[in-house]
Amino acid sequence: MTLTPAELTSAVSGGIGTSPQRPDGNLKVRGEFAYASDLWHEDMIWGATLRSPHPYARITSVDITEALQVPGVYAVLTHSDVPGRNLYGLEHKDQPVLAVDVVRYQGEPIALVGADHPETARRAMKKIVVGYEVLEPVVDMETAADDTPLHPGGNLVRHVPIRRGSQDVAAEVVVTGRYEVGMQDQAFLGPESGLAVPADDGSVDLYIATQWLHVDRSQVAAALGLPEEKVRLTLSGVGGAFGGREDLSMQVHACLLALHTGKPVKMVYNREESFYGHVHRHPAVLYYEHGADRTGKLVYVRARMYLDGGAYASSTPAVVANAATLGVGPYEVDNVTVDAYGVYTNNPPCGAMRGFGAVQAGFAYESQMDKLAEALGMSPVDVRVRNAMTEGSVMPTGQVVDSAAPVAQLLKLVQDKPLPAGTSSDLRELPGGVSNTTHGEGVVRGVGYAVGIKNICFSEGYDDYSTARVRVSMVNGSLAAAVHTAACEVGQGLVTIMQQIVRTELGIELVTVLPMDTTIGNGGSTSASRQTYVTGGAVKAACALVRDRLAGRTDIGDEVIDETTEWRHRATEAIDPETGQGNAHVQYGFAAHRAVVDVDVELGLVRVVALDCAQDVGRALNPQAVVGQIQGGSAQGLGLAVMEEIQTSGGKVRNPSFTDYLIPTVLDMPPMSIDVLELADPHAPYGIRGVGEPPTISSTPAIVAAIRAATGLALTRVPVRPEHLTVT
Amino acid sequence: MDFLRPETLAEALELKASRPDAVPIAGGTDVMVELNFDHRRPGALLDLTRVPELRQWSDGLRIGAAVPYARIIDELGTALPGLAMAARTVGSPQIRNRGTVGGNLGAASPAGDTHPVLLASDAVIEVASTRGPRMIPATEFYLGVKRNALEPDELIVAVHLAPAAGPQQFAKVGTRNAMVIAVCSFAISLFPGENRVGAAVGSAAPTPRRAHEAEAFLAAELDFATPKPLLDSVKREFGELVSRAASPIDDVRGSAAYREHALAVMARRTLGWAWQELLSRKNRGGEQSCA
Repeated sequence: MTLTPAELTSAVSGGIGTSPQRPDGNLKVRGEFAYASDLWHEDMIWGATLRSPHPYARITSVDITEALQVPGVYAVLTHSDVPGRNLYGLEHKDQPVLAVDVVRYQGEPIALVGADHPETARRAMKKIVVGYEVLEPVVDMETAADDTPLHPGGNLVRHVPIRRGSQDVAAEVVVTGRYEVGMQDQAFLGPESGLAVPADDGSVDLYIATQWLHVDRSQVAAALGLPEEKVRLTLSGVGGAFGGREDLSMQVHACLLALHTGKPVKMVYNREESFYGHVHRHPAVLYYEHGADRTGKLVYVRARMYLDGGAYASSTPAVVANAATLGVGPYEVDNVTVDAYGVYTNNPPCGAMRGFGAVQAGFAYESQMDKLAEALGMSPVDVRVRNAMTEGSVMPTGQVVDSAAPVAQLLKLVQDKPLPAGTSSDLRELPGGVSNTTHGEGVVRGVGYAVGIKNICFSEGYDDYSTARVRVSMVNGSLAAAVHTAACEVGQGLVTIMQQIVRTELGIELVTVLPMDTTIGNGGSTSASRQTYVTGGAVKAACALVRDRLAGRTDIGDEVIDETTEWRHRATEAIDPETGQGNAHVQYGFAAHRAVVDVDVELGLVRVVALDCAQDVGRALNPQAVVGQIQGGSAQGLGLAVMEEIQTSGGKVRNPSFTDYLIPTVLDMPPMSIDVLELADPHAPYGIRGVGEPPTISSTPAIVAAIRAATGLALTRVPVRPEHLTVT
Repeated sequence: MDFLRPETLAEALELKASRPDAVPIAGGTDVMVELNFDHRRPGALLDLTRVPELRQWSDGLRIGAAVPYARIIDELGTALPGLAMAARTVGSPQIRNRGTVGGNLGAASPAGDTHPVLLASDAVIEVASTRGPRMIPATEFYLGVKRNALEPDELIVAVHLAPAAGPQQFAKVGTRNAMVIAVCSFAISLFPGENRVGAAVGSAAPTPRRAHEAEAFLAAELDFATPKPLLDSVKREFGELVSRAASPIDDVRGSAAYREHALAVMARRTLGWAWQELLSRKNRGGEQSCA
């Protein structure tokens, strides 16, 4: 890192606006970082989970007799061993800890085995005999609401209507489309894992890779029938999350086994089980109609969207609200009609994933904007700029955007970047790579643009806060600080950000980040691009309390200054259930991409040559981490554009492995040119704007637009597969 | 599970004879995945990494079954360009450091990357047991999906593959630009001295297989002695015949129709590249003889 003169002369280095080295970086690169899967405890046993092979079936019997007789087995548990509430869920408590008399998706947990070796546990698991009456699964999201009810209230989880302006206005130019988004997986590299350690008083400690310690705790405690204080959670090493750890996986299971056997219990999913063990991104079908005048000004947008929540609700209601409220994109539209439906099916459960509803809508509305540009004979950038939202624009919800919304500027920034050189002759830079499928034959270049919008932090009136404790004392003659929260570091760099904030606020260089656990109050979820905003805000607020007590002193002797505070962002409102009107969101984030692709049009193979991005982050507290988020989000969007999909057939997952669920490699993801704008949001701590999600939204449609430009094909579904490009 | 660790080939063959259930393991890039996922649990593993005979290659060429892909790329790329091209598409650098052609043959997956090259280049597989060695032409080695011609007491010892007599090419379609399993693949080897071409498809039938009609078509159509630029019609017909040699299925990696289409494209292109190389070699050779 190069220090600027200002930093060199300031009292403390490593404050906000710099990019100090993160403590986990070298360890992770060298393979030395301790992940949750590395947890170990003397005398621990191993848990395994028996899962349903059927997407939908009635359970007629469960016989555990033989499994219990396997030497080395300590326990075999079923739903009748769940002492508390056998239902959990982020928004609706609809998901059994262990299935009772019905299974609603392939992979649903039915029984648990605890044994002295993971292999023994798996072997015993195979001796559990389950009788099934296989039922016809509900798999079509568009008709699910009228199909066999899978839950007592029917299959409609949530319908969010948006009604703004005229509902029957006409326009000179109209384009319509139907779009599909496949089921993307978070594909985090560290599989679900945790260690539950029982205590003598009937309480339990759970060391766990998760995104949200307190909501895990409340769900675990309810299932165990314990008061919350008897369930203590400590964050273990997390190998990526992206939304996939917001729901429970084995948290209750490990604790059940531990309390039942009196032994520490470790559970680690393997890669295949991981595909069944967490929620995915909602697949979607989206119908759009855009009307514009001849100058390209949007007159109206009408949309009908279906989001497949799979067997259990998870965060479907909030995902549907995002898709609806952000459904026209970062554009000014006076007349909006949106109906977004989230449904139950017997497909794998879907919930949070980076972009959270905004990704699905983003692919559709940006595809529509390109279609509109073509119908008008305008350039894709011009039609977007013509309608671009600015500060003061009104959302389809009626909410006024009250901080920077530099949509046109972002588009122009990526448009003005130099284009890459012509098609390479290096195999590694051609479609197909070293697989040697082309030396230039059939390769056509295309360029595409997209811009997206994402809400930052939790919405719709949710009490979204975080708790931080900052403690200052003398260490070796100097002031030292310790910061404690329950906000999860999942790889995004929160540990470093918190240190930077304390350094800046208190002028103390030595800052220790204490383990994240439930001995302190709720830190909220590591999702919705919110931790730097909310937990960062809480740390800043705690520092202010400490600073008052320090009163400028650099030596406090034996005194310990210890302050804990809760901090919440300004309140949001529920939206009207009939019209979708209301100040639903705290803050909006924007990013734009220009993608350049080379397509081998004969083989249908794609190489993304350039994927340049401009994003407003309000204030870059850690510029290197910001750029890392933009690169990662863009890569995840690239994956959805051209390769990532959990393929299902009749509710069954066909590719639960990294052999067949492909994520981009370094040869698929080009180096990026990134412009980071810092247009401070006056409502946010330091003016920051959440960073993690916006780039995931615009990356996908920009790449698909570029492929369309190269091929002339309509391409209404992501991921784009070779068959779509060769039309075979 | 027993872990058997022979030090010599003779010892390995003895062990395999006494324990036909023992699964041979060298790089472990396939076997360990299967074990970890509990897809199979053999009574014994036969570790071949200490057997020096299997890790050597000799001019001629006889390549020990446990020579890793990385060495084939680095040391045999000139003599066996087709095999090196295929080896370069296998997995990641780490996998290429461990994985072996012997393992590819042992697994006999229709998607194995080296199979089309071995078929197109007239490879012969040397297998052995305590009963003695046996030479199996590659064309007779692949019997079905993940089934090969090995007897339970036999081990794959080496692959016999003559240094390339002419240009060779290999191409593989995957839906990612690196580290990807084949949707389908194709290999071509030119034998100018014999006026013929070897051609084979991978991941497009229950076994990797030769495209006999396509080979016969080129043998009749091409003039190796005085090569002229290829007609597009010849390339197209060759592509069609290669495609017809396959009997692919629809699966999670691609559709049958796409595989047939892609094979035709790869066959056309690789023939073009190989033929172009032949032409430029002839031209260079001509210049040299003039000088």
